[in-house]
Amino acid sequence: MATNFKRPDGRKVDELREFEAKVGVIPNADGSAMYKSGETIAIAAVYGPKKMHPQHSQDPEKGTLRCTYNMNSFSVSERIRPGPSRRSTEISKITEWALEPALMLDRFPNMVVDVHINIIQADAGTRCAGINAAAMALAHAGIPMRDMVSSVSVGKLDKTIVVDLSKEEEDYEEGEGPTDIPISMTHSGNITHFQLDGKIESKQLMEAVELARKACEQIYEVQKKALKDSINMEEEE
Amino acid sequence: MGGEEIEITPEVTAERIRKYLEEGKRFDGRNTNEFREVIIERNISKKAEGSVRVKLGKTEVLVGIKMDVSAPYPDSPNKGNLMVTAEFLPLSSSRIELGPPKFDSIEVGRIIDRGIRESKFIELEKLCIKEGEKVWTVFIDIYTINDDGNLLDAAGIGAVAALKLAKVPKYDEEKAKVLYGEYNGDLPLKKMNPFAITIHKIGSNLILDPTREEEDVSETRMTVGSSEGIIYSLQKGNSGYFSVEEIEKSFEIIEKSWKELFKKVEAQLK
Repeated sequence: MATNFKRPDGRKVDELREFEAKVGVIPNADGSAMYKSGETIAIAAVYGPKKMHPQHSQDPEKGTLRCTYNMNSFSVSERIRPGPSRRSTEISKITEWALEPALMLDRFPNMVVDVHINIIQADAGTRCAGINAAAMALAHAGIPMRDMVSSVSVGKLDKTIVVDLSKEEEDYEEGEGPTDIPISMTHSGNITHFQLDGKIESKQLMEAVELARKACEQIYEVQKKALKDSINMEEEE
Repeated sequence: MGGEEIEITPEVTAERIRKYLEEGKRFDGRNTNEFREVIIERNISKKAEGSVRVKLGKTEVLVGIKMDVSAPYPDSPNKGNLMVTAEFLPLSSSRIELGPPKFDSIEVGRIIDRGIRESKFIELEKLCIKEGEKVWTVFIDIYTINDDGNLLDAAGIGAVAALKLAKVPKYDEEKAKVLYGEYNGDLPLKKMNPFAITIHKIGSNLILDPTREEEDVSETRMTVGSSEGIIYSLQKGNSGYFSVEEIEKSFEIIEKSWKELFKKVEAQLK
């Protein structure tokens, strides 16, 4: 991808923002994690598996994954009204769909696993940061998993495909403008979450998917390390 | 999910759907990438600025456009507003219960909204009356009448068709009053057809336009809003996954299907 395109923060097209993962950030939770990408910070807590109430919501065949995504009112420049919105309702569902294929929920009939995601500070890519934190928190809680899930937002700015958009890039106005493409995948490369807003041809979209795959590989390594570190720390205590 | 009085496709039927698909067959004799008959009925409400009834086989939705004058959003002071809502009426299926909107209907509204908005199909910059003060809001309202699967694509076809039929009401600036029923020309639109087309995965098969039974068996789905090969919005729905190869193949199927859909819709709007 030879191009003269310069990213506002000087990153290379395939360069992630500085990112950081930490496991065990909420003592009360059965599992918890923080994922930070640039200025975006997400925390996630897992409670469960526990009995599903009310009883008629129970699924006798497998456990239910229930995610809630919530943005703090002060996580963005213009205060957002606290409480659920159409957007947050959708992201909660998207998060469940992104994570569920990696979980062995058939081991927990009639039970529910609650995942609460909270965005403390937002600078684009909050749903992806939330999914990354949630996947680690689920592993930390000891929920049996087939695979890890990693998430990243790739994008097209005018004609150039770049990885991990910042807010400034999301608002990019030149040429064809921004196309935002959040993607989540398992470590084995299956796509469990895929969204797009903008304008792109299918051929270039496949390039974006490939770029996301490489980025998810890097994120996976950091998630794995954070999980390993948390075990080592507990052993030391 | 769970409720005993809700009719869900029984496992025997599900098994047969999967088995048929392995041989590339469907209960109603369609190919895997074939839509049911699309019927569009125009102007189903005289009070709407534009409206249609869309049938995909036995699936039926109504889409109406209403317009009103209001303040613009602070970040787009010289552009009209767009608002899309979908309501799943209890009359359209025994599965739908009264009460606050469930996720399904919220999702349909949001997916259709994004396809229309991102493609810039409506020329919202031409819907400014006074910058920073008064702009037109375009409401696209979707109602389900009969759910036999794929309400989403029916709603998307309906939204594009209803917008194409819509006219802008006259506005009396002095009295600050919309003169409903008197019109000032067509709603300004770009020459495009941003249909939302959803592909479903059942086993190793990719299918379009599922019936209610097929939709129940679907493991995962992906909706693509596109026009002439350019993709403007996309959303994977449901748990389950697509491999990279399946995604690539889906784009080919959807692009081909868009062309067929375009011809059918165009012919009925003339």
